[in-house]
Amino acid sequence: MEFDTIAAISTPMGEGAIAIVRLSGSDAISIADQIFRSPGAKALSNQLTHTIHYGHLIEPTTGDVVEEVMLSLMKGPKTFTREDVVEINCHGGIVIVNQVLQLVLRHGARLAEPGEFTKRAFLNGRIDLSQAEAVMDLIRAKTDRAMNVALGQMDGKLSRLIATLRQALLETLAQVEVNIDYPEYDDVEEMTLPMIIEKSTWVKNEIERLLQTSMQGKILREGLSTVIIGRPNVGKSSLLNSLVQENKAIVTEVAGTTRDIIEEYVNVRGVPLKLVDTAGIRETEDIVERIGVERSRQVLKQADLILLVLNHSDELTIEDERLFEAIHGMDFIVVINKTDLEKKIDTQRVQELSGNRKIVTTSLLQEEGVDQLEEAIASLFFEGSLDSNDLTYVSNARHIALLNQAKHTIEDAINAAQAAVPIDMIQIDVTRTWEILGEITGDTVEESLIDQLFSQFCLGK
Amino acid sequence: MQNFEAGSFDVIVIGAGHAGAEAALAAAGMGAKTLVLTINLDMIAFMPCNPSIGGPAKGIVVREIDALGGAMGKVIDKTHIQMRMLNTGKGPAVRALRAQADKVLYQAEMKRLMEEQDNLSIHQAMVEELIVENNEIQGVITQVGAIYRAKTVIVTTGTFLRGEIIIGNLKYSSGPNNQQPSLKLADNLRDLGFDLVRFKTGTPPRVNSKTIDYSKTEIQPGDDVPRAFSYETSEFITDQLPCWLTYTNERTHQVIDENLHLSPMYSGMIKGTGPRYCPSIEDKVVRFNDKPRHQIFLEPEGRNTREVYVQGLSTSLPEHVQRKLLESIPGLEKAEMMRAGYAIEYDAMVPTQLWPTLETKKIRNLYTAGQINGTSGYEEAAGQGLMAGMNAAARALNKEEIILSRSDAYIGVLIDDLVTKGTNEPYRLLTSRAEYRLLLRHDNADLRLTKIGFTAGLISEERYERFEAKKKLIEEEIIRLRKTIIKPNEETQSIIRSKGGTELKDGIKGQDLLKRPEMTYEDIAKLSPSTIQLTDEMKEQIEIQIKYEGYIEKSLLQVEKLKKMENKKIPDQIDYNAISGIATEAKQKLKEVRPLSIAQASRISGVNPADISILLVYIEQGRIAKISG
Repeated sequence: MEFDTIAAISTPMGEGAIAIVRLSGSDAISIADQIFRSPGAKALSNQLTHTIHYGHLIEPTTGDVVEEVMLSLMKGPKTFTREDVVEINCHGGIVIVNQVLQLVLRHGARLAEPGEFTKRAFLNGRIDLSQAEAVMDLIRAKTDRAMNVALGQMDGKLSRLIATLRQALLETLAQVEVNIDYPEYDDVEEMTLPMIIEKSTWVKNEIERLLQTSMQGKILREGLSTVIIGRPNVGKSSLLNSLVQENKAIVTEVAGTTRDIIEEYVNVRGVPLKLVDTAGIRETEDIVERIGVERSRQVLKQADLILLVLNHSDELTIEDERLFEAIHGMDFIVVINKTDLEKKIDTQRVQELSGNRKIVTTSLLQEEGVDQLEEAIASLFFEGSLDSNDLTYVSNARHIALLNQAKHTIEDAINAAQAAVPIDMIQIDVTRTWEILGEITGDTVEESLIDQLFSQFCLGK
Repeated sequence: MQNFEAGSFDVIVIGAGHAGAEAALAAAGMGAKTLVLTINLDMIAFMPCNPSIGGPAKGIVVREIDALGGAMGKVIDKTHIQMRMLNTGKGPAVRALRAQADKVLYQAEMKRLMEEQDNLSIHQAMVEELIVENNEIQGVITQVGAIYRAKTVIVTTGTFLRGEIIIGNLKYSSGPNNQQPSLKLADNLRDLGFDLVRFKTGTPPRVNSKTIDYSKTEIQPGDDVPRAFSYETSEFITDQLPCWLTYTNERTHQVIDENLHLSPMYSGMIKGTGPRYCPSIEDKVVRFNDKPRHQIFLEPEGRNTREVYVQGLSTSLPEHVQRKLLESIPGLEKAEMMRAGYAIEYDAMVPTQLWPTLETKKIRNLYTAGQINGTSGYEEAAGQGLMAGMNAAARALNKEEIILSRSDAYIGVLIDDLVTKGTNEPYRLLTSRAEYRLLLRHDNADLRLTKIGFTAGLISEERYERFEAKKKLIEEEIIRLRKTIIKPNEETQSIIRSKGGTELKDGIKGQDLLKRPEMTYEDIAKLSPSTIQLTDEMKEQIEIQIKYEGYIEKSLLQVEKLKKMENKKIPDQIDYNAISGIATEAKQKLKEVRPLSIAQASRISGVNPADISILLVYIEQGRIAKISG
């Protein structure tokens, strides 16, 4: 039996050391080949079945490296589903594994329905008869749960926004259709190509905006990943402790991973911070020495926010300057600590190095300045590029995948309209976009186009 | 009354409207001994409403009927007063032909075809009862007690079942245009256990042409190019009659507002569900009261009559109000009303009681087709009639049944919608009902369906050979353009320039140059002439197939998925109650519709993807059980 290729995260959600994204279907290997680069640049399709390969996942359109992975290659029929299966073993963590999933979804895989791997296994004769009942129960149970979860995750604002986009598309479609089905009615305004382009572009921009907020949604759900850096003895652990003490910790210590990351979750004025103690600030107090600037750059790259701590009672050193260099272009706040001691720091130079970033002075010892720091964090989050009144969060992987699809189809429609393709072809992609958006909210009633047609226009013999 | 045996047939068709005529011709054409029984022989293929055939979606149905070997296209080609190709600027998928018919000539021509058809007997009689034994049809009994026996029976009674005409507060039992209604058959169908619903439709007044002041209207001529529905037509009518356009105005709307209380639509006298796409003028004025005017088309009903159909003025207001309405419209101030508009209510079958062959689920070998199945429109009726006729004959002659898929034809979309989803208003085909409409085009109906018509025996050997030859030439020319390189010489560049395109840098394949929006097949043929003589029809085919290849392929990919799901058949004896996990609502719907395939099941509203997954697993389980057991 031939099926399209499905993908899903097959390890439990949450912070594990390793997570697996599984692909199954006739295109599983060719999709993996598009996004996987091994050191020897071998094509997976030429490799033996049931082998494991080391390499990197890349975004082929940009060449960016997404993740370092081990990839298990299993060609059908000796697999769980009896189809070609590829399992991508990546680092644990919701963000990384979601990135990997989105990558395969963008390159031809479809997000698996609940229980679909098992269903395929059954339909391909992999599971015997006695298990069939169990499979059906599983599909039902998983679907119900997934539906509840999806509904729970769906923000009211999001579904309203999608409904607005769909309504705009539906009105456009109805107007195209009415011109087609009732060509003799000259009093209906003809839907022209520029009008389609205008409407479609608006929809496309809204979808893009939603996709951008999907990143913000992630931050709100998982916390703003925050790293504290600075030379030894500037007060990094004091800063960490005072942020944690002052704000009740939500989660403490997710340890036991290979990389020994310690994370503290705190809620700073409505902004959830995930304080990442990358290399153990508490242990050595010396991030520069321990991992070097090159390595710290790597660590810093994954952070959403950096708190750079400087010593008020010391002159700026070459290490300080190198730290500024390392975080160039990122979101950071400069904390000048130890204001209880005599001032030796060149504040004008700090200002130069900080550019337009905020500078906060503190005396953590005397518990001074933490309020200002918290305010700076909150305002950075809420006022920065984000419009806090207009936040709509897209967090569900399925929603993101569908939004990406919708974006592509509406782009196809715009391109076609620009190339003056006949309207009945353009309409195909507009309709598809409308359907895909409907899958997000669970409304795909076909009749609604015809309903729209007759409520919007006056037609008849 | 004394009953008597009056004969025995393979197929009996009750009714000779647009569905009945096609059904009878198809059944007889396939070699089945066929009888048509109609209340009034002078009303064969009568058009009780607008004198026109075709239009978007519907026009493509007529092409499909022709490609399958049906009659509608041929008859209208001989009897129209004008033809127009619609939507020429909106793309190939939605182009559609529409003809204004000479009503009387159309009827006469269809009657002649039927009279001349081998294996077909025609008889004037009213059927009052179906003879059913063990849930299987045996024959029919007419008003005079004649018993006709048959292997299969097709009911195509249109709006005659308990028909009632309503004008103002006047309501009387009648078929369309004051014909005899069919009362006992409606009771009989109900007694046999069928669910019937009450639908409503309507028609506008007719006026005398000599009393119209055409100087106040706009002319609407036919196309200059000769057109035809049938792939077989070679003689074209050149002498066309125009239609005319005028508008309602504030006075018209005021008349309606003042008299709305007299409308049976608003007094509650009409209970049947009317179609939204075909509202009466009172409906339009009430629902869209911001519109200052509505279009009114004046359509001649034929060459030998002065009667003119007032399209856009469908109404059931009392006759004296209708007169006032006409008086208010420019050009119609002095128009003499020959017939008043009216609404008609009638019984229709709930179509989910049918298999996709249009056979009823309850009674074996009994078929229904046309307006009785809840549709509206001559073309929708004819398409169903043809399919019911083919399937009834196939059953009687032990041949294979014929079901068109949604990707084969608009007729397939129509029948699938009816039997899978049902309808709660008179159903009209619209192009937007077809998900693969790029594949279901006016131009390629023959490519899609001729083979099916030929296999059924409705397309002659000679016609089929001609079709095959045409198909081959098209394919060869496409291959040639795929290979041919067009050089960027001065001739090429000047043609491209004249079309407003960008000049070539290198040589380009003929097909790629044709894909440019501004280029046509003729342009390419100038640069690289074909060695074979191609007709305009073939050129159109080649151009569409090359130009829109990408979109066509996208659609074909979707169709491939559909076919896979269509190939997963659901066993007839499946017990939905025994499947744990399917939601209760879905179970109910599945039991009612009894879909033949997973594809059909997935189109039932209320059956969600999880139900389909479970159904798939259950069926697979049964298959394995059968193999291992």
